[in-house]
Amino acid sequence: MSEQSKVVDARGTFCPGPLMELIAQMKQSQIGDLIEVWSTDAGSAADIPEWINKVGHEYISSIEVEGVWRVLVRKKK
Amino acid sequence: MKILVVGGGTGGTIVANNMARRLHHEMKAGKARITMLSASERHMYQPGLLYVAVGRMAPDELYRDQKGLLEPSIEFHVDPVETFDFKENKVITKSGRTHQYDILIISTGSRMMPESIPGLAESAETFYTEESAIKMFKRLREFQGGKVVITVGVPHKCPMAPLEITFMLHDYFKERGLLDKVQIHYTYPIGRVHSLENVAKWAKPEFDRLGITYETLFNMKEVDATNSILKSEEGTEVKYDLLIGIPPHKGMEVIEKNSIGQSGWIPTNRNTLNMDGEFKNVYVLGDTTNIPISKAGSTAHYEAEVVAENVASIVKMGVPVREYDGKVFCFIEAGKDKATYAMFTYNNPPDPKEPTQAVHWFKMAYNKLYWSSVRGIL
Repeated sequence: MSEQSKVVDARGTFCPGPLMELIAQMKQSQIGDLIEVWSTDAGSAADIPEWINKVGHEYISSIEVEGVWRVLVRKKK
Repeated sequence: MKILVVGGGTGGTIVANNMARRLHHEMKAGKARITMLSASERHMYQPGLLYVAVGRMAPDELYRDQKGLLEPSIEFHVDPVETFDFKENKVITKSGRTHQYDILIISTGSRMMPESIPGLAESAETFYTEESAIKMFKRLREFQGGKVVITVGVPHKCPMAPLEITFMLHDYFKERGLLDKVQIHYTYPIGRVHSLENVAKWAKPEFDRLGITYETLFNMKEVDATNSILKSEEGTEVKYDLLIGIPPHKGMEVIEKNSIGQSGWIPTNRNTLNMDGEFKNVYVLGDTTNIPISKAGSTAHYEAEVVAENVASIVKMGVPVREYDGKVFCFIEAGKDKATYAMFTYNNPPDPKEPTQAVHWFKMAYNKLYWSSVRGIL
């Protein structure tokens, strides 16, 4: 992807956890920004899209590479 | 070697005292010097505010004179830093003084931002300052029944506090004989009742057992004070009679003003605790880092021990010796007379046990032992 994304590196952290880190990053981002969350918690692949869809941001993709889930989203509002 | 510590909270005090002990001989011989710059002459034990808010601690128990907590060999000034000049290895303070350093440790902490949620500051009780904790207790004393809503901002300080205040409020109202007139309702930003999965697995059935209701995936958007309604980013609303807010927080303004870190959090290496970038003689501790772990005194404590040992090793041998493994230990008050704890690292998730009275009394003892802990005795 050519467009630059902000990375939230939440690998190996449990508290406050990847979704809470994403929510915090969303608050300090601009509408249209791409954010990629790195997480070693398998639950993030489900938790993050659930929250993104509920709030109305854009869920783009989720891939797992060697135990690290990379979830890409865009701030929409 | 000039070592400069900026910030006199938990992290700054522990790192300075620990270094002073390790470098006793070098300091005596004039080969090392430790200076601390702080914004306050007093040191507050912040976790004590939780108890002030429910009438279980008096505010004056939370303070000590900062100078008295430091090893006598540490030079201490109440003179906060306004400008960081990493290229020239110097800082400039509010009074206009310049301090040169060889090693800099930044531990400036964080500040509450209730005003970042429209209506929150005016509507909610909170307990993150002495004034607000006293105000909250006075409000609780006057409360005669209704819906009490506990709501949690992001990011927030001490991830255990929202659960603790919920359980403590339950026991407070029970003690006053008001439980049949009070409905306690808890909201939480993610899809379970706590960020730590194992803590959530323990807390959810406790909420059910105690009749505490909850709504997850609830992020505060605004408070309609006129109609006593809390609204979420997710589009839901909850009516309240008494609102308890865990406010969002940010790093200190001086960090933002110096363009060192977005929202006041300094990008920091999670293992070495060096500030990211070219200036390897700068370390960051506690709430000030952008490391995605708990913003809590415990985190600052364990990080401070690593940095102190490494700085002392650099002075003695020229190289650091340890890395921070992400260790955090948090007590969790589960009411007025029982508690449990969560301990974890980057690689090991926590596994909290059933709350016991023994852990609660240990926490009560720690509330006093803290002063020995920051002195570096414990």
